[in-house]
This record gives sequence, structure tokens and C-alpha cells, in this order.
Amino acid sequence: MLKTQYLLLIVGMGLVTYIPRYLPLFFLAQKNLPRWFIEWLDMIPVAILSALVFSEIFLSGSPRHLDILQTKSLVAIPTFIIALKTKSLGGTVISGMILFWLAERLC
Amino acid sequence: MKEMRLFVKQFGFALESIKAAWPICLGYLPLGFAFGVLAQKAGLDLLDIALMSILVYAGSSQFIAVAMLSSAAAPLSIILTTLVVNLRHLLMSSSLAVYLHGESRRFLSVFAYGVTDESFAVNLVKFREGGWHRYQALAVNQITNFTWIGSTILGGYTGQFILAGSYGIDYALSAMFLCLLSFQLRGRLYFLTAIISGASAIIISLIFPGNGFIIIASLFGATAGFALKRYAQRKKGLYA
Repeated sequence: MLKTQYLLLIVGMGLVTYIPRYLPLFFLAQKNLPRWFIEWLDMIPVAILSALVFSEIFLSGSPRHLDILQTKSLVAIPTFIIALKTKSLGGTVISGMILFWLAERLC
Repeated sequence: MKEMRLFVKQFGFALESIKAAWPICLGYLPLGFAFGVLAQKAGLDLLDIALMSILVYAGSSQFIAVAMLSSAAAPLSIILTTLVVNLRHLLMSSSLAVYLHGESRRFLSVFAYGVTDESFAVNLVKFREGGWHRYQALAVNQITNFTWIGSTILGGYTGQFILAGSYGIDYALSAMFLCLLSFQLRGRLYFLTAIISGASAIIISLIFPGNGFIIIASLFGATAGFALKRYAQRKKGLYA
């Protein structure tokens, strides 16, 4: 990939990342949001993260297919328990990586 | 004496921001490092990595972009995927907007740059507790931002000494999502929402090609969770 093409790529990525972060602050900081909207917003993070996790650990290959019992999903169980117990992002990322690494070497 | 008191107050003020940002930084270090290594393996040099971390500053989409670059995806499809994955910040910024009433445009445009899953979660809790100043929130954003940029560059530098696929670096992103998800499971309702959203993501992704399934499944899951919440409230007679 050419340098200019790469620059255009990351500028584009930067813009589409910045705009969703900025627009609500710009438009909504002036007024009160309706109660139902806030309650709905409250459900968004859990929904997105779960969609990302499920597709990350239960799918594989290209074209993608369902693969329930693979290393990624099996390692997810202890990793998730560590996350619940420690509540530490750094600790969870490091333990997950070590567990995955060990699991791949053992299998 | 007065200056002394002012200094102590400001110091305590800054210290609170650092204390709040610290756990995020600890998470960003291995994650940014893992990203840097993968980016180096995908053929990006240190300047490429630094520029992406500065301009984009979104962990998950940076990981996804590097994976797509390795499989020679078209730039436009990488940008579209980034948009879809980062649309969630629309909702996070909306929640934060409640606490940033009447701030100047300049402040908001600087603050928006640093809204991530992690800084959002920390700042929202702090704002809800009360007494959290906008500059303290901005400090959390920027301290974690610098940590991210630094750790991705460090990973990019170290990448040349590490073999591809070693030390479980491929699993860093999954582990991050798992941890962030565990923070969100604050009750049965959230747990149900997660199951609905996750299951529908799988089903939609198997039927339709492309990456749109994440945002569709999330909107569906959140709406289902919201409906369940309203139903539970009505059953209890709160809204009768």
C-alpha cells in the first residue's frame, strides 16, 4: 500500500471515528434527553460488547462459519471468570493471552 | 498560605484523575503493545502505527483495520467497517452529554476526541457519583490517550523481535472485549440483553456477508433489553 493511500485511509478512519464521538456532545449538551432514550442508551454498551465477543469467539474462517468448541471459545471461559473476579482490564488481557498461548501449544 | 492551599487542592484534583485513569492505562499497555506487534507484522512502520493511534484512537477498529490490511481489503471497506464499529460512541457521547450541559464548543470538540469505551465507563461512573469536574474527565481522556499511543509504538518497535502468533497476542482483542463485557453485566436484565444481542449477532452474521451484523444485532439486542425492562417495570406496577 502506498504512503499517500495509507494516509488517506487513516484520515478517513479518523473522521468516521471522531464524528460519532462529537455529534451527540455538540447537539445534546444543550438539552435534556427524554427518560426512555436514556434507558435505551443504557442497554447499548452491553449489547455491542456482547455482539463483538460472540462473533469473535464462536465464528471462524472465511467464509465464516459457526465453531462453538474452538480454542478461542474455551479459553474465553477462564478469561471471563478472571475478568469478573479481578475487574482488571490489564490483568484480564494478559491472563487471556497467556491462557490462549498455552492452550494452542498443548493442542 | 493561600497559594499553598490552592496548590494542594489542584494537586488533589489532578491526583484523582490519575487514580481514575490508572486502571485503564494498565489495560492499554498490553493491548496497545499487542496491537503494535500485529501492525508491525502487517507491514506498518513506527510512523504508520503512531499516526494511526493518534488520528484514529480506537482500539478495536485499529485491530480490525490491521487484520483487513493483512488480507488486502480495499481502504473504503476498512473505513466503512471502522464507522460501523465506532457508531457505538454515538451512544456513549450521548450519555456523557447529560453531564456536559452548556460547555463551550471548543471544550466539547477536544473532549470528543478522547471518548472511548474505557474513558466513557470511568467518567460516567464519576459523573454519576457527583463532584467530577469536566477538566478531570478531560484529563482521564488524555492520560489514557497518551498511554495508548505510547504502548502501540512500543509494540511496533518490539514486533521485529517477536514471532508472529506467539505469546497469545492474537487473543488480546477477545480478552479485552470479554473484560469490558463483564463490567456491563450489572444484573439479570443486562445478562439477558447480552445473550439476545450475542445470539442474534451470530445468526445475522451467518446469513448475511459483510460486517454490518454487529450494529444491527446491537440495536436489536438493546431494544429487546429495553422492552424487557419496561415489561418488568409494568409487571411491578411502577408504570400502571
